[in-house]
Amino acid sequence: MGRIVLEGVTKSFGETQVIPPLDLTIEDGEFAVFVGPSGCGKSTLLRLIAGLEDTTSGKVVIDGDDVTQVSPSKRGLAMVFQTYALYPHMTVRKNIAFPMRMAGMSEQEQEAKIKAAAESLNLTDYLDRKPGQLSGGQRQRVAIGRAIVRDPSAFLFDEPLSNLDAALRVGMRLEITEMHKRMGTTMIYVTHDQVEAMTMADKIVVLQAGVIEQVGSPLDLYHKPQNKFVAGFIGSPKMNLIEGAEAAKHDAHTIGIRPEHVEVSTTDGLWQGTVGGAEHLGSDTFIHIHGVPGCDPMTVRAAGDVAVKHGDTVYLTPNESLLHKFDDKGLRIE
Amino acid sequence: MAIVASETRFGKIGRPVLAWVVALLFFFPIFWLVFTSFKTDADAVKPEFLIFFTPTLDNYLNMTENYDYWRFATNSVITSVFATVFALAVGIPCAYAMAFNPTRATKDVLMWMLSTKMLPAAAVLYPMTFLTKSLGLFDTHFMVIVVLMLINLPIVIWMLFTYFKEIPKEIIEAGQMDGVNTWGEIKEILIPLAWGGIASTALLCFIFCWNEAYWTVRLTTTEAATLSKLIEGNRAPEGLFFGRLSAVSAAAVGPIVVLGWFCQKQLVQGLTFGAVK
Repeated sequence: MGRIVLEGVTKSFGETQVIPPLDLTIEDGEFAVFVGPSGCGKSTLLRLIAGLEDTTSGKVVIDGDDVTQVSPSKRGLAMVFQTYALYPHMTVRKNIAFPMRMAGMSEQEQEAKIKAAAESLNLTDYLDRKPGQLSGGQRQRVAIGRAIVRDPSAFLFDEPLSNLDAALRVGMRLEITEMHKRMGTTMIYVTHDQVEAMTMADKIVVLQAGVIEQVGSPLDLYHKPQNKFVAGFIGSPKMNLIEGAEAAKHDAHTIGIRPEHVEVSTTDGLWQGTVGGAEHLGSDTFIHIHGVPGCDPMTVRAAGDVAVKHGDTVYLTPNESLLHKFDDKGLRIE
Repeated sequence: MAIVASETRFGKIGRPVLAWVVALLFFFPIFWLVFTSFKTDADAVKPEFLIFFTPTLDNYLNMTENYDYWRFATNSVITSVFATVFALAVGIPCAYAMAFNPTRATKDVLMWMLSTKMLPAAAVLYPMTFLTKSLGLFDTHFMVIVVLMLINLPIVIWMLFTYFKEIPKEIIEAGQMDGVNTWGEIKEILIPLAWGGIASTALLCFIFCWNEAYWTVRLTTTEAATLSKLIEGNRAPEGLFFGRLSAVSAAAVGPIVVLGWFCQKQLVQGLTFGAVK
């Protein structure tokens, strides 16, 4: 079990309030991702759940128990840190065994669990090495192994893949997602990378300046961003936000259109612009276009074989049914 | 280019020469001490025997026969060892708390601890003497140990604090998540990780305790008297017997010099730690 509820939680460091009153429920077995720009309070929120930071006010409830005043070690949670935070003086085996040893588990039980964890994480050959002799990816596996053996009610991940190179990150992303499907344990995952959020989450919590901007499934957030911030943050490349006369035509302060929802043509279209640059990725081409009124530059995602280059004049037509409209406060208009 | 070249030449010859000059300058008193300890009291003050003299072991033989050197040495060992152990026992939890759970007052507390080192010892001589005598602790090992521990505690805590600050906080937090209590954090994580730092701190503290003279001379007579007291006791109304005094002093500093020699690496690390980072 691992249902986590935050009730009116706030956090201040001295005079500065980093988390204004916040309510959030993470259901048992859910994969929740906290995403937002750096300094948005997502890590602080995770640490409040872990108990590594004290709440200034409000309650943290895990499976119906108020754990606000309970020490981190007694909350039954496991955490994987960005810096791995392995014990450098212990071998991989001892690192993984550590939480079990602290819990007073028998040697045989420990050994069985270490074996199982090492097998599932491909660490069997490295059990007698020290963390210093491992690569970044292996270290992160050890950190995950150390978390798994505790059978926690929820896993907390604090930007666990940030220190890995791009290729490894994609692999580990999949592994963590599969691990979640296999174990069915609640996971809370903090990242600033919206791709990680979109690909891994059941539920995404978008944060900015300690405030929850929107909570929803990845596709909810993609199709129905509640405000301009979420609209701009979720999706890659970013949504084009257009202000002024073009927006007024749709009775909105700002309209948004995703790069993949704009058709590009060399002959005719609604808007005209000049190609500033084109990024050919093979499968897709990202074209940055200048001169579109109210949005400079506009990014368009076109087919991989589109032959445009710097200086070309192009015509753009948005898919009107997929336009997002926002009022002057930046909130969504249905 | 010219500047680089001249720097290199200085670096190659000048720096080692300078280093040797400084090292010899610092070593000279110790050398002279040992040198003089092999002269008779009479020879020691005669300019004609400054360099050339007939060496004798009499001063050393006299020392063990007349002054019970071993009793003073044992007292030095007992008080220095226990004071160091107790200073660490208090200092480690204290530095741990300040390094990993700092509050706004932590810096002030550290400064305040250091400020106690600025108090001239003479200022508290009377109250200390009065206190120890009225408590019946004058000239006891216990009192010497407590005093040595307390005067070194600020340095011990400062050094340990600096070492502990180097340990990433996440490792301690990982320990907390793994179900360790505070004592476990110290025993299982902190001490193994900061072992080198703790060893250097212990070594320095031990040396400071061993060399301490102000209090050990004034608060002891015979029972708990350390080697400092033995040296001090070699003043006689007739004047100073340089040969004898040198032998006693050499025998007093000998053990600590040898210890320091073998632990050079740790010592240098301890003294310069945190200086550049």
